[in-house]
Amino acid sequence: MTQPILKIEGLKKHFAITAGGAFSKSKATVKAVDGIDLEIYPGQTIGLVGESGCGKTTAGRTILKLYEPTEGTITFEGRDITKLSPKEMKPLRSQMQMIFQDPFASLNPRHTVGTVIGAAFEIQGITPVGGVEAEVQRLMKRVGLNPEHINRYPHEFSGGQRQRIGVARAIALKPKLIVADEPVSALDVSIQAQVVNLLEDLQDEFNMAYIFVAHDLSVVQHISDRVIVMYLGKVMEEADKVDLFTHPRHPYTKALLSAVPVADPIKGRKRERIILQGDLPSPVNPPAGCVFNTRCWKAQDKCRTEVPQLLQIGKDASHRIACHYPED
Amino acid sequence: MLKYLVRRISATLLVLTLVSMSVFVIFAVLPMDPAALTCGKACSPVVIEGNRHRLGLDVPVQVQYGRFVEGLFVGRQYGDGAAAFTCPAPAFGYSFNRHECVTQLVGEAFPVTLSLAIGSFILWMSFGVGLGILAARKRNHWQDRLATAFVLIGTSLPTFISGILILIFVALKFGLVNPIEMGRWVSPYEDPVGWFKTFIFPWITLALLYAATYTRFTRSNVIETSSEDYIRTARAKGLSERDILRKHTLRAALAPIITLAGLDFAGLLGGAIITEGIFNLPGLGRLSIRAVLRDYDLPTILATTILAASFVVIANLLVDIAYAYLDPRVRVA
Amino acid sequence: MTHKPFLEVKNLNVAFPTGDGLVQASNDISFTVARGETLAVVGESGSGKSVTSLAVMGLHDRKRTEISGQAILNLETGPIDVISADDEVVRKLRGKAMSMIFQDPMSALHPYYSIGNQLIEAWSLYNEGSKQDGKKRAIEMLDLVGIPDAGKRIEEYPHQFSGGMRQRVMIAMALINNPSLLIADEPTTALDVTVQSQILQLIREMQKEFNMALILITHDLGVVAEVADRVNVMYAGKIVESGGAEDIYYRPDHPYSIGLLNSIPKIGELESKRLVAIPGQPPSLINLPQGCSFRARCAFVDRVSNNLCATTAPTLDQKTTDHFSRCHLSEAELVKARTEIGGK
Repeated sequence: MTQPILKIEGLKKHFAITAGGAFSKSKATVKAVDGIDLEIYPGQTIGLVGESGCGKTTAGRTILKLYEPTEGTITFEGRDITKLSPKEMKPLRSQMQMIFQDPFASLNPRHTVGTVIGAAFEIQGITPVGGVEAEVQRLMKRVGLNPEHINRYPHEFSGGQRQRIGVARAIALKPKLIVADEPVSALDVSIQAQVVNLLEDLQDEFNMAYIFVAHDLSVVQHISDRVIVMYLGKVMEEADKVDLFTHPRHPYTKALLSAVPVADPIKGRKRERIILQGDLPSPVNPPAGCVFNTRCWKAQDKCRTEVPQLLQIGKDASHRIACHYPED
Repeated sequence: MLKYLVRRISATLLVLTLVSMSVFVIFAVLPMDPAALTCGKACSPVVIEGNRHRLGLDVPVQVQYGRFVEGLFVGRQYGDGAAAFTCPAPAFGYSFNRHECVTQLVGEAFPVTLSLAIGSFILWMSFGVGLGILAARKRNHWQDRLATAFVLIGTSLPTFISGILILIFVALKFGLVNPIEMGRWVSPYEDPVGWFKTFIFPWITLALLYAATYTRFTRSNVIETSSEDYIRTARAKGLSERDILRKHTLRAALAPIITLAGLDFAGLLGGAIITEGIFNLPGLGRLSIRAVLRDYDLPTILATTILAASFVVIANLLVDIAYAYLDPRVRVA
Repeated sequence: MTHKPFLEVKNLNVAFPTGDGLVQASNDISFTVARGETLAVVGESGSGKSVTSLAVMGLHDRKRTEISGQAILNLETGPIDVISADDEVVRKLRGKAMSMIFQDPMSALHPYYSIGNQLIEAWSLYNEGSKQDGKKRAIEMLDLVGIPDAGKRIEEYPHQFSGGMRQRVMIAMALINNPSLLIADEPTTALDVTVQSQILQLIREMQKEFNMALILITHDLGVVAEVADRVNVMYAGKIVESGGAEDIYYRPDHPYSIGLLNSIPKIGELESKRLVAIPGQPPSLINLPQGCSFRARCAFVDRVSNNLCATTAPTLDQKTTDHFSRCHLSEAELVKARTEIGGK
């Protein structure tokens, strides 16, 4: 069996926030990510899904050590990188890259496309065969951009094209792992499909592993092999895609799936819809016990006091949920 | 809100203490000997030492500071025995040059500076902010172009140029001031016309500079606020353009301007040195500059410095409170 | 007595003169919405979907916009054409006869005023009465839209509410004067999915409660399927297809709609078929090319004889009962096209 590219155990990221000025000592901790495990293999896509405040973006960044983890271990290709300093991480950065959500904010408006994509080579001190410029143009062509535009600036491109620039930048050094943080959420619907297809093609070509962070369940369902559902920093359910979408066992997953509007007037309006009451609690003050209990229609006393563990459910070892009263 | 107030007030008191201490220490470590400066050329070491004792300079710095703070509340006695004299509270020190308690000097100079500050403030706020709003509403039209020209001119002219130009080519040329009497203080309660005549040109000089900045700042704030989503909501509700401007746009756009204005005003309270100099006004500015350049009158310098700093620190507090009153989001912080 | 639909839009054009040329944001738009009916306007950025509604509300700066055509509100007192009427007349319709809610609830409320203040402000514009009366009505509305503890929360400020709650407040504010038309411009796009469904349900309930005509603007085909009676699909400033919801979804009659429906991943479809993307991107609205605006991205251009797509702009023609499409292809050819894109 092949070794996982990345293995994460018990990863936590807590942010300390100090409220008040010189005289106030009140401290609060935002438990943005409060325990997540994952294993990802070459060519595999894991979808990290959830709503605001669930911690998926923080998780994605902590995995790449853009934030230092508070607890837990990160093992990349068999090597424990949890405690590595930024300097020690540098050579590894060519192997683990990120694609960001906002195609308008994630590109430096003062750098040409060539500079943006070529920066990777410069930073790592690698000169590709044929020179940086030729390689950059090849990359541009690969992602569907016109290589003649190499000296243009980001504002001269559309949102979808800028996202392609971001993709080209990420794959420049042929990384083994890419964390894609909502890569298509900010794009028009007709462009989303183009970028999703591009990402899939690149994955086939380079056998890269993707951690796909998103709130859009339809896209996650389409692209992922395995899905992890998060809520307020905790994992609610994780399973292989087909399992999760056909047989969700956690009440939150069920509610989430039923809330997704279906592009089918007859089926959509007939389906059973679970509408959750209340708002998402603030991550600064998560509910005690199971974090979902304030909105769960099945919540009992146990749920308000005891934190459910993430345990296997059913026959499949890879399907786990954290719930005291799972759905059938 | 109350918690916010308590926190801010305590912080302000702390800052005031630190400021006064720092100024004190700076003056304590300066190589000048205040005692030696208390009498002119005909000074014998005995007299100097005597004065040193009377000024309380023969004790360590911390004790001096302690007595200084005490003096602010209960007044201070200098020297002992028959030659002693007291400066009543709040006592800032004693000026040997002028043979007066510094508090007295400051007390005379302050109304002048205050008049100067208040008048300029009203003038620059009404003109500057008003012009800024007009320019924003009539963007790219001739009113806006005119306002921009005004901004350019106003911000390019420092007070020592505009003041002198105004003095020579307006005030004196048209005989609007009496060059001999210029700057003589008259109380606005006793002689309002005279008071007005004394201050009108200094007001215009100062206001020119500030108004230009405020025009520019107001204009950009109003333009930016006008494009906010909540303005669009107000319009969709059916509010008239006038109501939108008055109740929604201005409230948001002017909040940062008011805070800035408060600080600028406080800065002026410490004395507008150049303007007071040009127009011969006996305000805090002139008091402090003379104490530094002409007399090296340390107690006076100490007092005016601490006073100017205090105005700014207190203004900071007031301005923050005003902002918290306007913007509820700030109260949580 | 025939009841005319509450809103009748006829040949509406909205254009913005810019330094680079005239941006034809909205071109020859005609549609009607009756009370109790929901019209969904679907499109991507640059499609003109918002621009048209802003024109109906009279929210464009007339000095910087060229608007022609008609947008008639058939009020009980008689019809008023918003486009040709006086600014003051139109202003008095806003918030009273017609209301609009926008996309981002986080920035749509004034941060300095309490929500009670803003609600009462909306109410006082069109109601005689004391502030107490206004406050009572405001609390009623907040209750109606599901804000718990309305009596207390009315004194609170927008930043003390979550996104979903703020959108509820916006809805309360829009409906406080019983409008006959509600325009919701991407009302759920900025909200989390579980909150989205709450808000959509609320909007539908309110529509029934007030018997309003509802225009829902969105890019989300799922949302459209949930709520729409009729759908206008917009592209490059024009309506390219118009029909009942089921027609649009099951029998799409325009290559753009067909392409769009095939390019979105659908929940429930678990066999990972490759998404069929529409190539290229939406055109610039300055100096639109001659002929059909969609032709650069259309898979069926070569099926039309005489190079018609390049020379002649198609008109919005009726293809089947109550189902219109702006395309040179015949209905038979469109039926064939539907299966082909999916099958490829």
